[in-house]
Amino acid sequence: MSDIPTAAPPAATAESRLSRADVAHLAQLARLAVTDEELNLFAEQLSVILGAVAQVSEVAAADIPPTTHAVPLTNVLRADVVVASLEREAVLAGAPSVEDDKFRVPKILTEEA
Amino acid sequence: MSLIRSSAAELAARIAAGDVTAVEVAQAHLDRIDAVDPSVKAFLHVDADGALSAAKAVDDTRAAGERLGALAGVPLAMKDVVVTKGLPTTAGSKILEGWRPPYDATITTRIKDAGIVMLGKTNMDEFAMGSSTENSAYHPTHNPWDLSRIPGGSSGGSSAAVAAFEAPLSIGTDTGGSIRQPAAVTGIVGHKPTYGAVSRYGLIAFSSSLDQAGPFGRTVLDTALLHEVIAGYDPCDSTSIPAPVAPVVEAARDGARGDLRGVRVGVVRELSGDGYQAGVLAAYDAAVAQLRGLGAEVVEVSCPHFTYALAAYYLIAPSECSSNLARFDAVRYGLRVGDDGQHSLEEVMSLTREVGFGPEVKRRIMIGTYALSAGYYDAYYGQAQKVRTLIAQDFAAAFEKADVLVSPTSPFVAFGIGERVADPMAMYINDLCTLPASLAGTPAISVPCGLSEGLPVGLQIMAPTLADERCYRVAAAYEAAVTPVLASIPELTV
Amino acid sequence: MTVTYGDAVAAYEPVIGLETHVELATASKMFCGCSTEFGAEPNTHTCPTCLGLPGALPVANEAAIESTIKIGLALNCSIAPWSRFARKNYFYPDMPKNFQTSQYDEPLCGEGYLEVEVDGETVRVGIERVHLEEDTGKNTHVGTSGRIHGADYSLVDFNRAGIPLVEIVTKPVPGTGAKAPEVAKAYVTELRDILRSLGVSDVRMEQGSLRCDVNTSLNRPGESWGTRTETKNVNSLRSVERAVRSEIIRQAGLLNAGERIKQETRHFSETTGDTRPGRSKEEATDYRYFPEPDLVPLAPDADWVEQLRAELPELPAARRARTIASLGVDADDLQQMANAGVVELVAATVEAGAPVGEARNWWTGYLAQKSNERDVEPADLGIAPAHVARLIELVADGSLSTALARQAVDGVLETGADVDAVVAERGLKVVSDVGALEAAASAAISANPDIAEKVRGGKLPAVGALVGAVMRATSGQADAAAVRSILLQQLGVSE
Repeated sequence: MSDIPTAAPPAATAESRLSRADVAHLAQLARLAVTDEELNLFAEQLSVILGAVAQVSEVAAADIPPTTHAVPLTNVLRADVVVASLEREAVLAGAPSVEDDKFRVPKILTEEA
Repeated sequence: MSLIRSSAAELAARIAAGDVTAVEVAQAHLDRIDAVDPSVKAFLHVDADGALSAAKAVDDTRAAGERLGALAGVPLAMKDVVVTKGLPTTAGSKILEGWRPPYDATITTRIKDAGIVMLGKTNMDEFAMGSSTENSAYHPTHNPWDLSRIPGGSSGGSSAAVAAFEAPLSIGTDTGGSIRQPAAVTGIVGHKPTYGAVSRYGLIAFSSSLDQAGPFGRTVLDTALLHEVIAGYDPCDSTSIPAPVAPVVEAARDGARGDLRGVRVGVVRELSGDGYQAGVLAAYDAAVAQLRGLGAEVVEVSCPHFTYALAAYYLIAPSECSSNLARFDAVRYGLRVGDDGQHSLEEVMSLTREVGFGPEVKRRIMIGTYALSAGYYDAYYGQAQKVRTLIAQDFAAAFEKADVLVSPTSPFVAFGIGERVADPMAMYINDLCTLPASLAGTPAISVPCGLSEGLPVGLQIMAPTLADERCYRVAAAYEAAVTPVLASIPELTV
Repeated sequence: MTVTYGDAVAAYEPVIGLETHVELATASKMFCGCSTEFGAEPNTHTCPTCLGLPGALPVANEAAIESTIKIGLALNCSIAPWSRFARKNYFYPDMPKNFQTSQYDEPLCGEGYLEVEVDGETVRVGIERVHLEEDTGKNTHVGTSGRIHGADYSLVDFNRAGIPLVEIVTKPVPGTGAKAPEVAKAYVTELRDILRSLGVSDVRMEQGSLRCDVNTSLNRPGESWGTRTETKNVNSLRSVERAVRSEIIRQAGLLNAGERIKQETRHFSETTGDTRPGRSKEEATDYRYFPEPDLVPLAPDADWVEQLRAELPELPAARRARTIASLGVDADDLQQMANAGVVELVAATVEAGAPVGEARNWWTGYLAQKSNERDVEPADLGIAPAHVARLIELVADGSLSTALARQAVDGVLETGADVDAVVAERGLKVVSDVGALEAAASAAISANPDIAEKVRGGKLPAVGALVGAVMRATSGQADAAAVRSILLQQLGVSE
């Protein structure tokens, strides 16, 4: 049987400790109705992960530009030409609920941004 | 040679020669799936009708005297993260259970146009997040070498299917190692192309700046043949590189002659040592010696920032995925939970995502949400993107001294199902060797390099951006010099 | 105690800011090839990209980039040599991806300015930035009121999702004092005219292709700027003015009472003319912006920018200066025309052949009056400069009297037909048959001997009543001046 490695990542620091409330807040932002058990489990697990990833701050990178793409492309554009859209039947086919050829959703609480 | 044990190149030649029909080939593989997949569980959906119909079309084309593509009639398994029109596409998640896309991914179109016969969709870690396929919302996939073990991930289904002779070719996607690591632990070849070399249009996105689709095969040549079908510029993908497809087939054939004189191979100091299984290191050292034996000059290179690759990756990927997965909101497609007239839309969204996403997905969404938050962006996501630059610079410096870089593909051989699921970090370190090339966007291949305790080990060969053919050349040279690892795979009890 | 506007601006200094969204008139959407045509059947102009289907990717529309650069150039903005799209992350059912592809700290156009005229003074409105983003789908709320509050459920149409949207943000504008509402309106008006002349958008506020949010704050003289509120749903130029005015009054009332201004978003009501609070947010939304990884940076090179600059048409300010110069009117007349918002209209009427004085009289007189009655801008009244020029011509050649010309205007406004058609249809014609006029004049004199006596006795103004009688007898179609001469002549009285 293979062994679990000994090389362990750095332990969670005080800054990367997440509380249940922190997790609840993140879950709310991400629209995840997490359960009570999950709050405990995730607080623990996310704290460990954050502790590990916080390692990036050890790297001196003040003057280093960020990389977003491996091959730096610019000005990738398309001509302003109309292309056929999907047939409406195909558009609505996968929808959980449809009315009047529109997507039906339950009552919205938050206001438009 | 039985049809299912043949290589893709062999099958294509026999079909083109009229020696065997594409329908016979397809049927043989469908029969194999029926026989072994109840144990391997590589597939989420098998499209027998579609496959036989595509196979027949190839036979008809041949009968009409028209030209056939290089892989016409060869069966293929498609990772379920790739959108296939009319066929269920789940990304390994419950939130897309039953969804049939109204469009094809670009690579799906290219595969169909090439006359390749798609057998079905394969299992994967949910939304490509994982290294063992245990995060699939449906069921785990079992390593054909030892059914109690994982086949790697996230493309575990695609890898297992090829290793189990259910298909000679398959498509996977690699974000942090999800093609290379499964290839390594199942004893087959898998390649992560240069970022931008293969279209992402139709790949259900996990981490946009890292995701790449790539080929699996049992041989380097088969993998190269599939690479040339899917690679190439796509105007539907803004990150697609407008460059000619790398001549990987030619490189694979050339490499098979076994002459690596003049090739400088760089051994990466940081991708070895403590935490790597002894058997893996032994197989790796032997492989490096073999390369030297083929005429390569072996040098040691140091890439000091590679040790930060895991931290950078587990900031960048979750950040991007927290945004990419926001679209799964119960409005336009997918699962909807709680719509009973009592709940608001916001509640329905939250309930749906809670039920529809598994724990690893939720963890990464929350890490990503945190890392992008105001006040944290600079220290986390922003800093990680800078580390990425440093890693790219390490590669550039190393490629001054070497033509390719090598490392083990993974620190471990296939571990037991259930062994690492409780500890996310224990799972993440599977990617230690594969992450640097992901972050830099450079191409990397995994080729089988022996066994450790009876389980396959992979050799990773990395090349500079857009020089994918170097990976294939060196891999082919190595492969030609050793006995195929798959020759040792235990027979699956049918 | 209710505060008056005068009290408010006497005690406080307003600072205003405006955020305008412009829907570009490109043929296809910002990141996909779906048609942008208005009014299509729901969900017929959608594709994997603008629906946010799994696996879909965006590709930027070249014409939209060019339009944005042109807008920036017209607003004297710097054009960024390097610019990126960013994801603005939040959940809403009209958002296919639950993030909007927009721009954050690397907009395509940087600082600039726009000068507007208010009551003869030039106000320079600083522009903070101009950037490019995509529009959302459209929600329809189903319930008793059709508004979101109290709706039972909603329906979403994604045809509009992905249409290119340019966002133009001003710097805060202090120092406008009591004229803040006019400055705000003048800014939006001028901006609209610029966008129209560039041809980049339909800029129809009532159709939503030009949307305005107005920010307002008050501070006592010498103090730092106060808390600002944002007012949305400002759908016409007049609403811009009314919204600022009402916010100033409301905030002054609160401040006078020693209360705090809450930083919030408010909604303008067309019917009541005031603003009401939106749902207040506990905390400012964190959009978790990061650079859009599915798109690559925009790096417009100097040659491209210069080529676009060369393609710019004559902008409204330059055109106005040229028009004014060509009109050759004095400053007071010009001011009068500007106040009525009719400088361009007068110029167009002159261009159609009318003398400038007549054109000015009509547009600042009867037509301005009609515009006020109908609560529209003179340009939207429904009568074109060419019509007005024709009217002036008909009056000049004696076919119509001024009174008849006004009837013709009413006819054009009612029916939309042109001047000649209205004149023919209603039989508008000056009675110029001298014999008929003389007969009518005699009849009037005979019928009103007392008045005739007065006129003969030296009270010339009294002849007006006789003129009126003749006008009635001729159904208003006599030339009043000619009638007056004939009457005086018959009465044996000279002017």
